[in-house]
Amino acid sequence: MIEFRSISKVFDDGTVAVDDFSLVIPSHQTTVLVGSSGCGKTTLLRMINRMVDASSGALEIDGENVADIEPVKLRRRIGYVMQNSGLLPHRRVIDNIATVPRLNGVPKKDAHARALELMDTVGLDRAMADRYPAQLSGGQQQRVGVARGLAVDPNILLMDEPFGAVDPSVRADLQQELLRLQRELGKTVVVVTHDIDEAFLLGDQVVILEKGAHIAQKGSPHEILANPASDFVASFIGADRGKRALSIQTIDGASVLVDSDGNVAGRLVESSPA
Amino acid sequence: MNLFVEAWLWLTDPLNWEGAGSIPVRVGEHLFYTVLAMTAAALIAIPLGWLIGHTGRGRELAVGISGAARALPTFGLLYLFVMLAGVTLRGPSTVLVLVLLAIPPILAGAYAGLEVIDRRTIDAARAVGMTEWQILWKVEVPLGLPLLLGGLRSATLQVVATATLAAFVNLGGLGYDIVQGIALRRYDQMLGAAILVIILALLLDAIFAILERYAVPRGVRAGRDTDVRTTPTGRRATAESSATT
Repeated sequence: MIEFRSISKVFDDGTVAVDDFSLVIPSHQTTVLVGSSGCGKTTLLRMINRMVDASSGALEIDGENVADIEPVKLRRRIGYVMQNSGLLPHRRVIDNIATVPRLNGVPKKDAHARALELMDTVGLDRAMADRYPAQLSGGQQQRVGVARGLAVDPNILLMDEPFGAVDPSVRADLQQELLRLQRELGKTVVVVTHDIDEAFLLGDQVVILEKGAHIAQKGSPHEILANPASDFVASFIGADRGKRALSIQTIDGASVLVDSDGNVAGRLVESSPA
Repeated sequence: MNLFVEAWLWLTDPLNWEGAGSIPVRVGEHLFYTVLAMTAAALIAIPLGWLIGHTGRGRELAVGISGAARALPTFGLLYLFVMLAGVTLRGPSTVLVLVLLAIPPILAGAYAGLEVIDRRTIDAARAVGMTEWQILWKVEVPLGLPLLLGGLRSATLQVVATATLAAFVNLGGLGYDIVQGIALRRYDQMLGAAILVIILALLLDAIFAILERYAVPRGVRAGRDTDVRTTPTGRRATAESSATT
């Protein structure tokens, strides 16, 4: 469990990135922080592994205040996946994945064996182990990034816009892959994104943020869609338009759902409540 | 007779290759000052450049000092130091002048090499738990090596050319033959020694060119190679543009 308690962050230039933010991130679930750029979501994420230190307030992981943990030690037990994979260009795929275990003193042979297993886990062909990042596609690089994040078998995986730099079809693949991984591994995953569709797809808990990291609404995707807390949330999630504003039309005795553009979205069928 | 033929005859005269003050001795002296000055300059400028490149602090200062140092008249500085330190210390004074000459390009190469690395790469290295030392040695130094070697290369070129000044304070080197050649109007000797300086400079430059080629990390080079192979039109365009220039 990760707990933010009245966290604030004021940067040196006086910008208030985070203003009195409190949130509990439950273990073994995916929490998505979503908001427009500049809302402070990345700052929040980077506070968890102390890439950014809070100006005030306390951040605890399983009851332990991160301020008491040495940053390098803390970071080595938390997986981190960033937008542009952040791989080391001069190291082969297998060495990139094995980076943190090697820093922790795991013998090269063991670290490489584990790296190969991880390549299977994230759906990368083992034949790519000896390639360099620049020889891979964007999607493949991102998979390597995820494998590196998982290399020390961390409880927590932080993902900063993990699929922001790949094209839409690859992104859809990677999102499904992450859902599969999460079903298998059950990590505490924290994802930052500006894409509400991605947030609803990946998140068990979705946190919609306004400027200064004020929480506009938090809850499951169902709860947020059913009851947008404010006009801001309704407009942010697009509840009033497009494919989220469905209306029922009766055609030949059957109920058909139509979106706000008049396109048929599907059929209305009876189902047991989720 | 043609001056170049005379210079060639001077260079190939067996008498000039034996004894005190012979060509091998002068080349040895010349290389001695060059290597000494380069080593001292590298020991000062590389750590300083890495410090500036890693922390991002002091860049303006480094640029300022480098720029100012480049404008210093080396010859004048040499006489100034020899006069200040005394004739007995003319050896250290000469090396000091060469060191001052070599520092700016090495410093620039060292910090520029670190500066051009993608900030996201370094951010990621830090985020996965590398210490600052590990970031420096495992990420920044290997990726910055090509530019550092470029700095060492241009510094070596300047130092090997300028080491001829050692002869003006009676310290030998290939400059000795040039100075003596002018004084005695023995232009074959002067030109021959000048040619030797040029050959020495080109040789050292070639060594650095090879080193630089191998200093580009394989992953970085691999990326470049793929780029070329996958864009045949791009390659043709580059070939054409280089042909026209």
